[in-house]
Amino acid sequence: MSDERGIADYLPVATLLRLLLVLTLVYAPHVTHLPLWETGLLVALLIWRALAATRQWRMPPRALRVGLVVASVGGIYASYGHVSGQTAGTALLCLMGALKLVELRARRDVMVMVFLMYFMLVTHFFYSQEIWTSIYLLVSCVAITALLIECQHLGALPPRQTLRKAGVMVAQALPLMLILFVLFPRIPGPLWGLPADAGATARTGLSDSMSPGDIASLIQTDAVAFRVHFDGPAPPPEQRYWRGPVFDFFDGRTWKPSWISRQPLAADAVRYLGQPVRYEATMEATRMPWLLALDLPSDRGLPDDVRLNHNGELLARRPVIERRRYTVTSYPQYALDPQLDARARQRLTRLPKGRDPRTLALAQSWRAQGLTDRQIVDAALNMIRNENFVYTLRPPALGADSIDEFLFDTRRGFCEHYSSAFTFLMRAAGIPARVVTGYQGGTLNALGDYYVVNQADAHAWSEVWFDGSWHRIDPTAAVAPNRIEDGLSAAIDSADGLPAYLAHRTAWRDALKLRWDWLNARWNGLVLGYGPELQQQFLQRFGLGDLRSMILALTILVTGTLALVGAVLMRRAAPARTQDPALREWQRLTRRLARRGLPAHPGEGPRDYIARVQQTHPEWCDALQTALDLYLSSRYLDTPNAARVAELRRAVTAARI
Amino acid sequence: MNATVAPVLQRLNQIILGKDAQLRLVLACLLARGHLLIEDIPGMGKTTLALALARVLGLHFQRVQFTSDLLPADILGVSVFETATSAFRFVPGPIFSQLVLADEVNRASPKTQSALLEAMEERQVTAEGDTRALPEPFFVIATQNPSYQLGTFPLPESQLDRFLMRLSLGYPSPDAERQLLLERERRDLLDELQPVLQPAELLDLQQQVRGVRTAPALVDYILALVQRTRELPGLRQGLSPRAGLGLRRAAQAWAFIEGRSGVIPEDVQAVFAAVVGHRLVMSAEREGAATSAEDILAQVAIP
Repeated sequence: MSDERGIADYLPVATLLRLLLVLTLVYAPHVTHLPLWETGLLVALLIWRALAATRQWRMPPRALRVGLVVASVGGIYASYGHVSGQTAGTALLCLMGALKLVELRARRDVMVMVFLMYFMLVTHFFYSQEIWTSIYLLVSCVAITALLIECQHLGALPPRQTLRKAGVMVAQALPLMLILFVLFPRIPGPLWGLPADAGATARTGLSDSMSPGDIASLIQTDAVAFRVHFDGPAPPPEQRYWRGPVFDFFDGRTWKPSWISRQPLAADAVRYLGQPVRYEATMEATRMPWLLALDLPSDRGLPDDVRLNHNGELLARRPVIERRRYTVTSYPQYALDPQLDARARQRLTRLPKGRDPRTLALAQSWRAQGLTDRQIVDAALNMIRNENFVYTLRPPALGADSIDEFLFDTRRGFCEHYSSAFTFLMRAAGIPARVVTGYQGGTLNALGDYYVVNQADAHAWSEVWFDGSWHRIDPTAAVAPNRIEDGLSAAIDSADGLPAYLAHRTAWRDALKLRWDWLNARWNGLVLGYGPELQQQFLQRFGLGDLRSMILALTILVTGTLALVGAVLMRRAAPARTQDPALREWQRLTRRLARRGLPAHPGEGPRDYIARVQQTHPEWCDALQTALDLYLSSRYLDTPNAARVAELRRAVTAARI
Repeated sequence: MNATVAPVLQRLNQIILGKDAQLRLVLACLLARGHLLIEDIPGMGKTTLALALARVLGLHFQRVQFTSDLLPADILGVSVFETATSAFRFVPGPIFSQLVLADEVNRASPKTQSALLEAMEERQVTAEGDTRALPEPFFVIATQNPSYQLGTFPLPESQLDRFLMRLSLGYPSPDAERQLLLERERRDLLDELQPVLQPAELLDLQQQVRGVRTAPALVDYILALVQRTRELPGLRQGLSPRAGLGLRRAAQAWAFIEGRSGVIPEDVQAVFAAVVGHRLVMSAEREGAATSAEDILAQVAIP
């Protein structure tokens, strides 16, 4: 880059420092998901640039800058395995923005940074779309705009007034934003649902397997799993079992599904009893295909892509990668699978071989006493209820025979330990059983008349088949009945590993939290959930439903007109493109000479210039003379002649300079 | 180099030693049908130059020594009563020749100066109600003492504009001066000088100069230069459109001498200082930081 810059491109140190400040503001939220080395590099570059500006350090040489860029791209590739997509792309963008600092020295560069920062700001929405994020981004947007104003009118206004002006501008833009938000045609699905990134970012939520400690670690986040609005009265807490993935295969440590099947539940396999419960659930993204529903959902009024399968699970065709709203009708009372064929029975009683001999022995002793299936269930529950089992989030580590150790030695565990051990015990006694994971409970938000189910409500229980139906048996209820009635914080104290956010609860904090959640729910529903369907509904309310395509056309028209006007203005403002083809070719040659360190002096005529170059570089003499003669002839001496210009073009191309 | 002009220049170079660039400019001025102002201290060879030029080109030459008491009629001519015919007869003044040397033009009164300059511009003389055309070709070389000398009436700016070029011969180089002293008297050499052109041929050359191509790109360059003189803060007055036209003509003549069919920027640059130097008026307060023609050339990019 040339050092010869006009006064107009002069960049004051104060402006540069403010740029660094704004850049820090833009980077800050990204820190949580950028690799550590990149965060370190960003901070180092920011600090270096600030010091370089105040102490007038020299800029690094070109080779070093190029090296930095190459190393950065390599680093991103090493960290992510690719350089595009949502996370890697964002990381690369951040890094390139910071590297721009290394060659930033003029006002024009700050302009480039300003637009880069607007873009980087938007990428935050990949990671979070919450209210706080939006407020933060709005504030950052004001800061960036202030920087833009400052660059346009260097030193014209004090920073405070610049900031105010930017605030006014952003505020003035808000109505337009709202109009565009409401009217701009919506595209189904998020634009950034890039499949390459599925699973790249850790999402909290139930997974497709269950090992000891899985659910306990879920409890640690206070994120919302889903929200439910019941059409009628809500069922009591002990009936609020939200059914998720069902596992019927055990390898000695982990429960998994034998296979995930969308094979529908046969009509004669289920008998719904009692009153139905209708509700609307809004589920956060899990990147899993399971939808959560009150035990047991029916297939009445399900969305098209969702199916109730033979395990009683609701499975969507695709993983839930964005917040999803759906309506389900469930029956708390039901009879599922009146008949189990031999193969199913065998699958549902299979145990890993040679494991947990003590548990096997216990189950077989019950069987030997001639107890019925129901009595065996009761015996197991009684054992958990009456012997000194402890419900805790800090269970001791378990060895190879995990079930034996848990049932007979440690006796300390969380719901996954209890459901796992109980299911094992049932299978050991020859009773078909499986593990169901999901959520249990939920908190009423009176403000919005809906229930919030948090990750802290994650739960696992057993399903046992006897007397011609599956029965939901929750061994956790035996050891800690208040967990079911009143939630986790009632059943466990902080000594047992209750997370701090659950341990230190006060009434006002709970109330605040509920209000905040209500606000979030409205945000989700009205802002984030404003997709194609809601837009359609909204427009229909104003009798504009049929205008959707017209709005699309209008949008295209307005955008096109604006683009055209912009193009015309830019064309007018831009310096006239060199019209003379001969001059264009000539400039091609002189640019090459200038790159060789032989620029023309100001006001130097072409003949004198070439003569000067020929003196120092006799090896180019002939090529330059040919080009010069052709140029002078085409531009000055003779009438315009396309053939001669073509000849000049060839001569310039052929000249080895 | 143009084949017709080359021998002319070669002869002149034999008389005026070591002044090739100035001689070319003199020729360019002549071919561009302009008039020449030479500003020099006496004894630098101004008269010799004029004589040599007249000889080589075969032009009828007259010299007028300007003094403070010189009257317009002394230049233009006067009507005398002829008793034989009982009528007035116009006796043409020295201006009725093809090459006029107006020596020390700034010693004459403004009235006389003005008469000369008007005749130069109009190429005709109006005296006593009759208009008489001056001969063709018509070329005036005026010389001027530097204005700080006593007893001078400096030419006003409006008059200066009528000279296409202003030159200064300056001292000869030591080598040239040595040769000057070694050789015979210049006047003797002049007498031996044979003309290489006839006046009609000179007219033809002047006609050819008009046909030298000035491309639009070159006109843009001249415009940019002229424009620049009007913007410069150090100048009280920029170049007039007449100066721009003169610049074009002079550049055409220069290109013609160089043997080119069209004008290139270097031609403009070669004549720029001579054409523009006497027309730029510096602001009084900027006298110290005078802007020279070279400065302007270095400031204006060639479009």
